[in-house]
Amino acid sequence: MAEAVLTGISETRTRPAGWRPRRTTLVALTLLAPSLVFLTLFTYWPVIQVVWQSLFNQQRVGGPQVYVGAANFFKLFADNAFRKALSNNLIYAFGTVVPSLVLALGFAMALARSSRINALFRALFFLPVLIPLVAAASIFLFIFLPGVGLLDYHLAKLALSGPNWLGDPDIALYAIMGLTIWKNAGYYMLFFLAGLQAVPADAYEAAILDGAGPWQRLRYVTLPYLKPTIGFVMVIGLLNVVTQVDHVFVLTKGGPSDSTNLLLFYVYQQAVESYDAGKAAAGTLVMLALLLAISASSLRTLERSFGERDT
Amino acid sequence: MSGSGIATGEFSPKLGYGATLAIACLWMTPFVWMLVAAFNPQSIGAGMASLIPDYVPTLANFREAWASADFPRYGLNTVIITLGILAVQLVTITLAGYAFARLEFPGRTLCFYLFLLQLMLAPVVLIVPNLTTIAKLGLYDTLLGVMAPYFASAFGAFLMRQAFRAIPRELEDAALIDGASVLQRIRLIYLPLAKPSLIAFSIVSVTAHWNEFLWPLMVINSPDLRPLTVGLASFTRGAEGAQAWGVIAAGTLMVSAPLLIAFALFQRAFVNSFVSSGIK
Repeated sequence: MAEAVLTGISETRTRPAGWRPRRTTLVALTLLAPSLVFLTLFTYWPVIQVVWQSLFNQQRVGGPQVYVGAANFFKLFADNAFRKALSNNLIYAFGTVVPSLVLALGFAMALARSSRINALFRALFFLPVLIPLVAAASIFLFIFLPGVGLLDYHLAKLALSGPNWLGDPDIALYAIMGLTIWKNAGYYMLFFLAGLQAVPADAYEAAILDGAGPWQRLRYVTLPYLKPTIGFVMVIGLLNVVTQVDHVFVLTKGGPSDSTNLLLFYVYQQAVESYDAGKAAAGTLVMLALLLAISASSLRTLERSFGERDT
Repeated sequence: MSGSGIATGEFSPKLGYGATLAIACLWMTPFVWMLVAAFNPQSIGAGMASLIPDYVPTLANFREAWASADFPRYGLNTVIITLGILAVQLVTITLAGYAFARLEFPGRTLCFYLFLLQLMLAPVVLIVPNLTTIAKLGLYDTLLGVMAPYFASAFGAFLMRQAFRAIPRELEDAALIDGASVLQRIRLIYLPLAKPSLIAFSIVSVTAHWNEFLWPLMVINSPDLRPLTVGLASFTRGAEGAQAWGVIAAGTLMVSAPLLIAFALFQRAFVNSFVSSGIK
C-alpha cells in the first residue's frame, strides 16, 4: 500500500479538488508511520504501562495483579532508600548545576576571543564531555582511591590526609558531584560561547563610557543578555541530573548506606535487584513527573526553535 | 565559535584568564594520569600516582586488558549498536522531517506534540517498562533489543524539518513536473542539500549511543554481547585494588579513544552539532 502511495506522481497536481487533502494526509501519515510505531512502542506505551503498574500489585509472587490504588506510592515514600535518593538527587542537582554553570560561564568569557590558544583550551574543556560516563568513573575510582590514589597521594605531599572519598557516607555524594561537574562544565561552556556572540559590542562600549567596572559590566550587560542561555543550560543541566547515573553504578552502587543513591539508580535497583515492579513503576512515574516539570519550563523555547508556533 | 561580535578583552581580565588556564590544567589531570598509567610498565607501587612518565612506555597493560576482557568483541558490539541505530534513525527522521516540513494535513499539530513528548521524556527513564516490552518482543539479550527504543528520534525529526524548510520549494516543484515521486524528491533534492544537518545529527547520535551504559546493561545478559561501556564497567568493578590501575587505565583509554580521535579530526563539526543538540 505504501508503495502505491509513494510512487504516485503528484498529490498537488491534476487531482480533483476533493482529493487533495486526503491524499496528502495519507502520504504524511505513511511518512510518519515508522517514527510513530517506535514512539508508540517505546514512549507512549511504557508511560501507560507505568501508570497502570503503579496502581496494581502482586500480592504474592506469580499471583494475579490486584488494584492497590496509591499503595505503591505510599510504600515508595515510606521507603527510606527512596526518600534518601530523592533528597540526594536534590542536593546533587543543586551542587552540580550551579557550580557547572558558573564555571562554564567563566570558561566561556575567558576563552571567547578567538585565538589558537583559546581554541585549544576550549577543546580541552570539552574533552570530558566526549568520553563515556562509565570511563570517567573508572578514572575517578582510582583518583579517589584511599591512601594511594591520585588525590590522597598529592594531599599527602602537602601533609594533608583526605577522607575516604567514596567510603564515607558524608563525603561520597560530594565526591561524585565533583566528577559530574568535571564531565559537564565543558558542554555548558559551548552554549555560553554561542550566547556571548549575541552580546553587541556597543553595549560594552557604552558601559565603559559610563564608567562601569568589570563586575558592573558582567552584572548589567553580560548577564542580562545571557539570560535565555542561562535558563536553557539550567534545563539541560537538570535533565542530566535526573537521567545520568552511570557513574554511581561504577563508583559506589548507591552506597555506602544509600548516601549516593539517585532516583534513576534506585529505580534500576528496584527493578533489577529487588524485582519490585510496583515500586519501580511508581519511582519511574515520579521521575517522569520531574522531567515533565523541568522541560515544561522550556516548552516555549522548544516550540519556538522547532517553529510549531510559527515564525 | 569565532568570537566576532564581542568587545575584545572584555571578558578576560588577566586574573580571570589566568584562573581559567589553571583550571584547564586541573581539568586535564585525569586524562594525563590515565595516559601516563596506561603505558607504565609497572603499575604497582609508589609510582602509581605519578603524573610524569619517567619510564620507557610499553603496551603491557593493553595486552593484559585484552587478555582479561574481550575488548575487540565489545568494540564490535558497540559499533553494531551505534551504526544500527543511526542507520534506522536516518530513515525515520528524514521521512518524518519531510512530512513536518512540507505537508499540510489534519493532525499535524497533534503529531508535533506527540513527537515533542519524546523529547521531554528521556528514553533512559523508561528503562523499566521498556525492558518488559523488549522481553515480550523476544529481543531480550540481543543487540537489536538495545537499539530498538532509539529507532525513532523526535530531535532528529525536528532537526530535519528545520533543514528541509530552508530548501527552496521551487527545486521540488521542478522535480514534481518531471514526475518524481515523494521518495525520489526526498532522496534527490532534499537529502543532498540537508547534508550538514544529517552530519550534525549523526555525530550527536553516535556519541550518545557509544557512551550509553544503563540500558544495554539491563538488556544484555551474555558476556559476548556486551558493548564497550558495559564491558569496561564490569572490568573495572571486577578489578581489585590499586595494582589494577594500569590495566584499567589502558581499558578506559581504549573505550574512550575512538570518539576522542574523531573529535580531534572533526572538531568544528563536533562543536556545531553539540550546540544544536542542546534542544534534544
